[in-house]
Amino acid sequence: MKQPVIMIDGNEATASVAHRLSEVIAIYPITPSSGMGEFADEWSAKSKKNLWGTTPLVIEMQSEGGAAGAVHGALQTGALTTTFTASQGLLLMIPNMYKIAGELTSTVFHVAARAIAAHALSIYGDHQDVMAVRQTGWAMLSSGSVQEAHDFAAIAMAATLKARVPFLHFFDGFRTSHEVNKIYQISDEELRLLLDDDLIRAHRARALNPNNPVLRGSAQNPDVYFQMREAVNPYYTAVPSLTQEAMDKFAQVTGRHYNLFDYYGDPNAERVVVVMGSGGETVVETVKYFASQGEKVGAVLVRLYRPFSVEHFAKALPKSVQSLAVLDRTKEPGASGEPLYLDIVNALVEAGRSNVKTIGGRYGLSSKEFTPAMVKAVLDELCKSEPKNHFTVGINDDVAHTSLDFDPAFMIEPEGVVSCVFFGLGADGTVGANKNSIKIIGEETDNFAQGYFYYDSKKSGTVTMSHLRFGPQPIRAPYLIELNQANIVACHQFSFLERVNMLKYAKTGATFLLNSLYGPDKVWDYLPVEVQKDILEKKLKFYVINGYEVAEKTGMGGRMNTIMQTAFFAISGILPREAAIAEIKHSIEKTYGKRGEAVIKKNFDAVDSTLANLYEVTVPAKITSTTTRRQSVPNEAPEFVRNVLGEIIGANGDNIPVSAFPVDGTFPTGTTQWEKRNIALEIPVWDENICIQCGKCVMVCPHAVIRHKVYDQKLLEEAPDTFKHMPSKFKEFSPGYAYTVQVAPEDCTGCTLCVEVCPVKDKTQVGRKAINMAPQPPLREAEAKNWDFFMEIPDLDRKLINPSTIKNSQLLRPLFEFSGACSGCGETPYVKLVSQLFGDRAVIANATGCSSIYGGNLPTTPWTVDAKGRGPAWSNSLFEDNAEFGLGMRLTIDKQGEFARELLASFEKELGKEFVEAILNAVQSDEVGIDAQRERVVALKNQLAKSSDSRAKDLISLADNLVKKSVWIIGGDGWAYDIGYGGLDHVLASGRNVNVLVLDTEVYSNTGGQASKSTPRAAVAKFAMGGKEMPKKDLGLIAMSYGYVYVARVAMGANDQQTLRALLEAESYDGPSLIIAYSPCIAHGYDMAKSLEQAKLAVQSGHWPMYRYDPRLAKQGQNPLIIESKEPSIPISQYAYNETRYKMLTQLDEARAEELMQEAQRDAKSRWTLYQQMAAMHYGSDNGHKE
Amino acid sequence: MTDLSTTYLGLRLKNPLVASASPLSKKLERARRLEEQGIAAIVMYSLFEEQIIHESLELDHYLSRSTDSYPEALSYLPDGGLYSISPDKYLNQVAGLKKTLNIPVIGSLNGVSKGGWTSYAGRIEEAGADALELNMYYIATDVDLTSSDIEDMQVELVSEVKTSIKIPLAVKLSPFVTSIPNFVKRLVDAGADGIVLFNRFYQPDFDLDDLEIVHSLDLSTSSDLRLPLRWISILHGKVDTDFALTSGVHMYKDVLKAMMAGAKVAMMASNLLHHGEQVIGPMLNNLEEWMKDHEYESIQQMQGSMSQKSVREPAAFERANFMKVLNSFRDLP
Repeated sequence: MKQPVIMIDGNEATASVAHRLSEVIAIYPITPSSGMGEFADEWSAKSKKNLWGTTPLVIEMQSEGGAAGAVHGALQTGALTTTFTASQGLLLMIPNMYKIAGELTSTVFHVAARAIAAHALSIYGDHQDVMAVRQTGWAMLSSGSVQEAHDFAAIAMAATLKARVPFLHFFDGFRTSHEVNKIYQISDEELRLLLDDDLIRAHRARALNPNNPVLRGSAQNPDVYFQMREAVNPYYTAVPSLTQEAMDKFAQVTGRHYNLFDYYGDPNAERVVVVMGSGGETVVETVKYFASQGEKVGAVLVRLYRPFSVEHFAKALPKSVQSLAVLDRTKEPGASGEPLYLDIVNALVEAGRSNVKTIGGRYGLSSKEFTPAMVKAVLDELCKSEPKNHFTVGINDDVAHTSLDFDPAFMIEPEGVVSCVFFGLGADGTVGANKNSIKIIGEETDNFAQGYFYYDSKKSGTVTMSHLRFGPQPIRAPYLIELNQANIVACHQFSFLERVNMLKYAKTGATFLLNSLYGPDKVWDYLPVEVQKDILEKKLKFYVINGYEVAEKTGMGGRMNTIMQTAFFAISGILPREAAIAEIKHSIEKTYGKRGEAVIKKNFDAVDSTLANLYEVTVPAKITSTTTRRQSVPNEAPEFVRNVLGEIIGANGDNIPVSAFPVDGTFPTGTTQWEKRNIALEIPVWDENICIQCGKCVMVCPHAVIRHKVYDQKLLEEAPDTFKHMPSKFKEFSPGYAYTVQVAPEDCTGCTLCVEVCPVKDKTQVGRKAINMAPQPPLREAEAKNWDFFMEIPDLDRKLINPSTIKNSQLLRPLFEFSGACSGCGETPYVKLVSQLFGDRAVIANATGCSSIYGGNLPTTPWTVDAKGRGPAWSNSLFEDNAEFGLGMRLTIDKQGEFARELLASFEKELGKEFVEAILNAVQSDEVGIDAQRERVVALKNQLAKSSDSRAKDLISLADNLVKKSVWIIGGDGWAYDIGYGGLDHVLASGRNVNVLVLDTEVYSNTGGQASKSTPRAAVAKFAMGGKEMPKKDLGLIAMSYGYVYVARVAMGANDQQTLRALLEAESYDGPSLIIAYSPCIAHGYDMAKSLEQAKLAVQSGHWPMYRYDPRLAKQGQNPLIIESKEPSIPISQYAYNETRYKMLTQLDEARAEELMQEAQRDAKSRWTLYQQMAAMHYGSDNGHKE
Repeated sequence: MTDLSTTYLGLRLKNPLVASASPLSKKLERARRLEEQGIAAIVMYSLFEEQIIHESLELDHYLSRSTDSYPEALSYLPDGGLYSISPDKYLNQVAGLKKTLNIPVIGSLNGVSKGGWTSYAGRIEEAGADALELNMYYIATDVDLTSSDIEDMQVELVSEVKTSIKIPLAVKLSPFVTSIPNFVKRLVDAGADGIVLFNRFYQPDFDLDDLEIVHSLDLSTSSDLRLPLRWISILHGKVDTDFALTSGVHMYKDVLKAMMAGAKVAMMASNLLHHGEQVIGPMLNNLEEWMKDHEYESIQQMQGSMSQKSVREPAAFERANFMKVLNSFRDLP
């Protein structure tokens, strides 16, 4: 059976089958499953047909719960339906899963299995999510490789149609979902042979149909529910054999054989490992290795996990087995053992084989590496007379001592496999080039190939690692290339040499390819000691290419992809050079041809220029360097930062033992300041001669790397020589005060927003402003010293600052700094502003999304503290619950504040009536009042400390609630408009004093640009590939309808003063406040340096009206709605077509683009008209009723 | 019967009025109305070298930016489509106009450098254009590039474009050339079948409040006729090629002047943009009226009749005229 082969990842392999077998697909994006939904959407947008000749209908829902509901409804009306999800998303589907199973409905859900957020969120893979649904009554089929993901998608469908039991098909998130491997594709003909159309018609016949109506979803009582629950038993009993039947049929059609439990290894094995998922490939290969050496070992791969067939398991297990280890890729705290372990123990009991000594252990949580060395450790453990039960493997657990020791030097890479590791800078094209290379190797040669890609956690300036393997045999190695194993190591960014240990991957005699500014004769002198050492000791062949120069000359800019790809093929020799170049050019045409000839041309030019610029370096005989690799964090950093976070930054996180970590996921704040990323090629330079001290640059900076201070000029006596300053022009702070604008050179990302916003033009040269960009390297050292000095200058007392003007507000210290957000991010300036105005007394509930990633992704976090050690207390709970989460915080503060006041009143005698009343009646409407109350509380605690009364101790623990706290609920539009909307609505309706900040990027930014209900009409986004049909939801209008919610729509780039005012008003309002903030995002598709200009156009065109709705005005008999933008003066298209997300529709479907743009224009006009009328309404003293 | 016909680039035209390159040809309906009103040929809006290159690069840039950098968002925009960027749309428009109209359609390419974009000349021919106008709108800003460097570049460009097409090629020039006659001769030798005089530059202005450069479109007026009028008069008969006069054609008398100077056609853009296609009919009527009144049998009869080689005082076109004009200026009391 010669089937076509293709290089593809797990998500695409699964989706390719699922799409062909579906009529209706309802999804919600969640990493790492989003890709499946996106493929489905793309194929349907291109009218790709399913097996029966119609195009599946794909819809994006508001949450996974919604998707499950829609799927349930689709199934109940007879459709062939599927969905794709992971992690928390799968958990949100649980109630519907019970129903779908209870109704004996045929469907397959595909899950890229992912960790569940407990102490922390993780996007990476393990089995926690699928294990959390094992009781729903679904069959569970586990794939351990890309080929299996493809195959089992089909087998699951065949089985579910036969069995009427729904199937959960799962594979490891990232490890399989994102691994590119070579597989045989199942054709349409083969799929038809696997499925029985009669069963599909029977499924359809069971649908809800008024022509022969039935009722489902009844409510039942104690008398009958139990019996009916048991009525399904025969169906479950039949599932294992029906599934095996489907597998056997599959083998007949395709030649690939699977069993419910597959055994590998010595047929007379004494020690066996039982495992499920991608870890199975590693176990099997390791077991085969040892078996070939005569060891009596074996492995059982679990494929059908539910229903668990004791019979089939027992049959697969050799009679000779004496000891057995079960590996679970999940954790169930509190259980007597993990799920698969308990299933196996029970199976052995029921099969009469309790004599087999069984142990269970955990591995691979959150895609933790699981290597042959770890398998060996488990096999070795089985040799012991008292093997450890409930062990862990792959970590160092020095707290509960569960971990097994393993020898990291043990490896089993087979002969003939070529391993390559590539280090790239995020977005430089390295990963894309490698995906392409592996595709060429896998599809155009007889080699098998594998590609896996690893990213660090920043949103920009990331280090990417591509792990490529190829060879004559199928690659079964779902783990990263190990130390000293790589034949080729490539570094595509020269600056990595000083901070990343790359050559640890190189084997002796390997080849090292370096993208270098320096030619072959000079480069050696620029290598740190460690690199020279590795090159010499490992006898590496060393090549350089000046990719930067070639890229510039050929118009490739910062994208190295085709250049480094060509160089790779040249040095690897995997294809003859001419053939390689032809293949690369062919794939350039295929991939980029649709974007126009100019793109093809520049890529071709880059390819053609590469070889002439590729040089081998004659390696000198000895180490000559005197520079060493930089430390991840400086020595002055606190201990935790050095020992834990620094290790993570230095790519050594795997080796940190359990004891080093917080037990409950609690982390200190203020740690980004220790991670000097140095990613800006250019930084702003302040010209103190023409600066007008407006503070706009400080306000607009997304990363808090440009700040200003007003301070006693005497402090300048200690200033470094290059430290700039000028006399302060602040009315309140002069004379005798100096003013400085200072840049943090090693934290700046070079986004240039500060320069764009600067209103000053040099009268002698209008292109120059009061800040101008200049190359960073020459300035780095001096400015770093200046920054340190600047940070030592004490901040002005908050009580002296009136925050209602831009320049004054920016004197307040930012308590959100140096985040890993994209360069030029439109969200972070608002977040930073909140931290300045209220941060020292703020509790923040942050939804999952970009803000929770740049806010809370390890290793370092940007939320920080002021000189007094106060700062925002921040937490991310989930996605859907963020408003409620914040409400809960408010309720506690309110309740405990009330309790504290109750207790306080009872201490009146001891503390004195005057003191108690001062606290109880304190006015805390400004910094003066708040500060005074803080002092009183300190005094209170001191007094109470002298008492031994337990109520005094209670009051001490609650007294902080007597100082006014600021509760902020922050999140993006995906949360606020979609998944979290129900909760947000309830929280706003509650009337409680919470402040909601919606960072509206008009799309699901964090997961790669899926449409939300905030996406405007005519914009292109994932799941709105043909331009969004429906208009943007008006969240502000809905909130206004309550009448007691403060609502503001702001756009900092258009009007920073209005933004500031709205935030101050919102927080001062004793009730719910909602601020919707226009947030430019790279998903909009334009130069982020122009985001301020775009904000202005957004407002001028009427796309983003600015207003404040203050219920307090209504109480005074005034109309609460104040519109702060003018009547639209430019067409929407003038704003929109600056952005690729709108423009690309004109290039995809001009007629539709025009149609939608006209509708969008109408939207803007009618919205304006509506608001005008609302703002003109008469509000009598009776809150809206005319006198 | 007064014969208004003329020939231009080997094309037989029913009258000398041609719509110059402008946005009027972006909509098929608009072009049809121009034809209905009597325009004899249309020069399409220009396809710019930058569009051929820039739009494609811009799309590529934003689709690729930040991809494969952060694991949850390996891309930020969906990328599945077949993009029809401006050049493709342009070719579709050429074909569309050819289908809709009976009059000749002249494509327009605007660019200055050599390079792959010139292959679009051939594609425009393939799409059905009857002729091609090459607009070499060039602003010299480099102090080290000499005038001969620039002229050589432009002559080479004309050769390159000419080799890729079989349809006639007209070249549109700016007046900022030291020796217009010599340059025109070189272009014709390099393959130009027609010369269009002159390009109008859009000059930037300064906004003193914002200290910003602003761009605005100033439409031409009749006084702009003088410059091309003089040069066509000078060139007529000296270089064997067809001349088209563009810039400042607003009234029927401007058309007459253009013909008498030696132009084969008079091109209008500003007039049509400002007043619409309804000016064409009256213009043609007035033209015919005048010719009847003054007993001219045909347009071709008058073409070149007042060119330098035809008038009594050829020096009127030269330096002496300049001095006369100066002396003719009377001081006001």
